[in-house]
Amino acid sequence: MQQVYALQDEMKSAGAWVFGGRLTEPATATVVRMSGGEAMTTDGPFVEAKEHLGGFYIVEAEDLDAALGWASKTTAIIGAPIEVRPFWDEPGA
Amino acid sequence: MRDAHAGSDADAAPGIDEAEVGRIFREAFGRSVATLIRLFGDIDVAEDAVQEAFALALRKWPGGGLPPNPGGWITTTSRNCAIDRLRRESRGRELLREVAVLRRGDDKPSAEEVGSVQDDRLRLIFTCCHPALSTDAQVALTLRLLGGLSTGEVARAFLVAEPTMAQRLVRAKRKITATRIPYRVPPENELPRRLRPVLAVIYLIYNTGAGNLAAVQSSDDVLCGEAIRLARLLASLMAEEPEVTGLLALLLLTESRRHTRLAADGSLVLLRDQDRSRWDHAMIAEGHAIVRACLHRNQPGPYQLQAAINAVHADADSVQETDWCQILVLYDQHLTLAPTPVVALNRAIAVGEVDGPAVALALVDGLDIDGYHPFHATRADLLRRLDQPEAAVTAYTTAASLAPTEAERNFLTSQARLLSHP
Repeated sequence: MQQVYALQDEMKSAGAWVFGGRLTEPATATVVRMSGGEAMTTDGPFVEAKEHLGGFYIVEAEDLDAALGWASKTTAIIGAPIEVRPFWDEPGA
Repeated sequence: MRDAHAGSDADAAPGIDEAEVGRIFREAFGRSVATLIRLFGDIDVAEDAVQEAFALALRKWPGGGLPPNPGGWITTTSRNCAIDRLRRESRGRELLREVAVLRRGDDKPSAEEVGSVQDDRLRLIFTCCHPALSTDAQVALTLRLLGGLSTGEVARAFLVAEPTMAQRLVRAKRKITATRIPYRVPPENELPRRLRPVLAVIYLIYNTGAGNLAAVQSSDDVLCGEAIRLARLLASLMAEEPEVTGLLALLLLTESRRHTRLAADGSLVLLRDQDRSRWDHAMIAEGHAIVRACLHRNQPGPYQLQAAINAVHADADSVQETDWCQILVLYDQHLTLAPTPVVALNRAIAVGEVDGPAVALALVDGLDIDGYHPFHATRADLLRRLDQPEAAVTAYTTAASLAPTEAERNFLTSQARLLSHP
């Protein structure tokens, strides 16, 4: 954990940090979906999968290489793979 | 005197046909597209503009003659076409404003750019071969954007339907834009990791061309030439990278004998039976010179070692006179750097020439590459030399069933037949 905090500090001092957090395990998930015009609430994760989202970081990055640089540092510490995806670019935003 | 005067006007002499215009364009395509991508920051804008300039040249050049500097004309005309088109579109006007901002920033190159060679095509090949893209996408983008091949040509070379290839290109370009894959030569500390897929893509393009035996004597044969052109370009831009020049040497030495791999009737000719007087000796000389420079530099890598092995083959007047001990030493080094079963198999072939087929067969039988037809073909050849015809026939038959081309299947089947009916 100490290493994770150190990395987060590094992200903050580099101006890359926006937000991040670790999620509780998939068994704690509740799913809400529209059914017959009504929002239905059910227990369980969205899909049963071998891999699940354990947490996320939102970083400000100049380009993909910069984002991959942060992802590489993170995965080296937490030992789990990281998927990197850009936010949708809103035209005119 | 009158002739000399006429000569100075001959810059604009007519007589250039459409095929020649096409050839000049393909030659210049990569450089122009790469420059326009830097200027406009948009691959589609760059591609469309160069295409538009091509259409203009097709109208002007056959009647009016070549401009003094065709490559420069193509880049300038493409840039003007792009600006004209962008001014007509509202999205384009926005883009142009951004470009103007970007270009002011360009006056002071950033620190990481100063250390690297400045050529737009070099940036472009690193973008096309970015590890975030699939190998299929890397190859398609490289051939389309740097090689100037049409989508249809790329599709045919890889035996893929044209719409499939078009979609592959669109998706790859979309990923480059959406994820902002940078348009730059990677910094020094990243270079070894980032160069690997670039070299692999060029080698894959060559091998796809070389594996297409049916195309050896036809005009479809664009991939091998294109791979060599790309390797040459990369070697001219990154002369200080030994593996880059090693790849160029490997391609030249392999290419020097490619056309002797098929007999006039289309059947396969093994290295030992090839007419060595028909090998391309200019290519061999160039390959040898590069290999010597690599040995001198003494920073070996897989491409340099394979080039050196091919240089030893090219040096010999026959398979008997080949210095197999030297080849084995090089394979030992190659196997240390790249411990894969395919390299081990090739090393075993050299062992077969140095220590005999029995030692080689023991090595080959220890390899786990059952689906690879050269594995069975090598076993078959060793079994034949060990006077075990029945086992050899079985191995030849298995190899034939796995071989990807008709010429190879025919060759392997005929070997099996020779042994069953001597």
